[in-house]
Amino acid sequence: MTQDFLLSFAQAITKGLLTGMVYGLMALGLSVIFGVMRVVNFAHGELMVVGMYLAWAAFEYFQISPLLSLPVIAVLFFGLGYALQRGLIQPFIGRPEHQQFLLLLGVALVLVNACLAIVGPDSRGVQLEAQFESYELGPLVFDAVRLHAAIAAIVIAAVLWLFFTRTRTGKAIRAAADNHMGALVVGLDVRRLYAVTFGVGAACVGAAGALMITIIPVTPFLAAEYTLLAFVIVIVGGLGSMTGALMGGLLIGVSEAVAGLLADPSLKSMFSFGLLIAVLLLRPQGLFGPKSSS
Amino acid sequence: MTSNIRFTRRSFGRAAAGAALIGAPLPLRFASAQSAPANVKVALILPTSGVQAQIGQACRRGADVANDVLADMKIPVKLDIVNYDTETKPDVARTQAEKAIDGGAHMLVGAFDSGQSIAIAQVAEQRGIPFIVNIAAAPQLTEQGYKFVVRNFPTAPMLITGAFDLHKQIFKASGTTPKTAVMMSINDTFGTSMVAGIKAMFPKLGMPYELVDIITYDPAAKDLSVEVAKAKATKAEMLMPVSRLNDAKLLVQELVKQRWEPMAIMNPGSPGLYEQDFLKTMGKYGDFAISNVPWLDPKSAMTQALEKRHLAKYPNDQLDINGGFTFEALLVAAQAFLDAKSTKADALMDALRKIKIDQHVIIGGPIQFDAKGQNVNIKASAIQNLKRKPTVVMPEESAAAKLVFPAPGWNDPRRT
Repeated sequence: MTQDFLLSFAQAITKGLLTGMVYGLMALGLSVIFGVMRVVNFAHGELMVVGMYLAWAAFEYFQISPLLSLPVIAVLFFGLGYALQRGLIQPFIGRPEHQQFLLLLGVALVLVNACLAIVGPDSRGVQLEAQFESYELGPLVFDAVRLHAAIAAIVIAAVLWLFFTRTRTGKAIRAAADNHMGALVVGLDVRRLYAVTFGVGAACVGAAGALMITIIPVTPFLAAEYTLLAFVIVIVGGLGSMTGALMGGLLIGVSEAVAGLLADPSLKSMFSFGLLIAVLLLRPQGLFGPKSSS
Repeated sequence: MTSNIRFTRRSFGRAAAGAALIGAPLPLRFASAQSAPANVKVALILPTSGVQAQIGQACRRGADVANDVLADMKIPVKLDIVNYDTETKPDVARTQAEKAIDGGAHMLVGAFDSGQSIAIAQVAEQRGIPFIVNIAAAPQLTEQGYKFVVRNFPTAPMLITGAFDLHKQIFKASGTTPKTAVMMSINDTFGTSMVAGIKAMFPKLGMPYELVDIITYDPAAKDLSVEVAKAKATKAEMLMPVSRLNDAKLLVQELVKQRWEPMAIMNPGSPGLYEQDFLKTMGKYGDFAISNVPWLDPKSAMTQALEKRHLAKYPNDQLDINGGFTFEALLVAAQAFLDAKSTKADALMDALRKIKIDQHVIIGGPIQFDAKGQNVNIKASAIQNLKRKPTVVMPEESAAAKLVFPAPGWNDPRRT
């Protein structure tokens, strides 16, 4: 192997890891919601696209960088997720899965068509100076926007981990996820905890949207693609596992980047789906999922 | 048998009015045609939303001023142009073509993209309605024996031949020749045709550089970092992109970020690099890129009329070949209607086959279609982005500015 190839390979891994962090953050929201409520959010990609549009609007109309509008978007999405769960999803908890599926598919259709009606079908992106910048570390070149986005994703994931392991609400959510009946018996307000969980999941995806708009422009039609991507990531990582979502994101990001380098770049998506099929065949519960979920 | 014909004062009046109109001088007849309701219905089918929305809208702007320019040029036709959006999807293009025909369109015009144009061509052929292709380079559009399709745009082989000829002229004029080149191409219908054409033709064209690799990517790609890294690793001295708009932007962003400074970014005949949105969003990094494509003839009176009308209606938008070729397609439709003196499909198609339009807007000979429906008189020019404006630099007789070759580095002070 030549030195040039090794450098390209290292470069592809680096890029895959950086993009994978944002993928991981996006999938984290889906995994958290499923892990606690056992509800599969089929409107996940649509929420992400709404987050991207909000970050774009803040930049376009108020010249606020997406990294600065991110906390506001995350808070707004927490509220949106909380309200959505209390008002719409709660009555469907415990109902047959196909009813939940149809409900969230309906929410997805409403969101994507609202985006189309309000913003139109054109692609919208933010133009940042950083999009032409990169950092050098020895022979490696780090894309500035991806690096910023990955750092932000790591910080958000760390905050989320602290929330679930260090706060009373976070611990209560985990308890409710582990044993729903036990949580009710000890007097936990499970309905409120579910709403908080959905809010946290939505905040994650809103934040991921604000980061993603710095990397690619948004159109309403991206939503379905992101829902699919999030599903691939959480299935590879293990449904309901936070670690799995993050690692799944990294794995998909790196596999796409390396596949693009080693094979024809236009075939790179094939590799992530190949990975999905391999995981489903060999370890159906996902790489980090508990065995019982299979 | 008795005759029912009676000569009354009313019929006398009608006959007199008709005779006056026929006998009227041309300007009067022209004014009448312009103020009269539209006399031929043309469906304009374009990707005005989706990935190609910005280019589709640029095409449409050329159409929006078409009737005004026809009036300025004293062409006595008013087109009833009905717009249809393909959403940048061939299946939607097909549905919209059917809808347009059901809606009474006499001719179809579109669709910027080869895949969408092929879908429309199939409908046009099935329904027997003339289809004038404004922009689409896939050879099969005029190679499949379609009876109702004409194309006023070069095929991929024509684009390639013209572009490579200009490459040689550029190297000769600048005294600098790259030794190697890498091609990066979108893998849609157009890109695939270009790659196939270049693979077949490159060995025969005697180019002075070696084509070290051809890297293809998805039309909806959101990230080209790996592709650019792969191209950079070839150490090629020149990058030849076959792109659309969005991927051209991603491409240049990645080149800057990965600090790759090839001697030139010079396409073998494709869109992307000269688009208004590319120039606006890439800023100084978009300058010095070269496109080898057909271009508007600044010396043509019709181009000047088109530019004037376009500027008046869209002061913030650039007129480029998207608007130019779309206008020309409508000019072809107007002339076909004038020649056919009918809106019947067969008569219009017959007129299209025999058409000869000497005065038009794109550089090249008269608009005429060969037996396959292809206009073979279109010529390519080298367009270099200079101070955020696509400028003709080759051939030298049409040059509006001096060629800058090799391109300055990303941080060169000439990029301001």
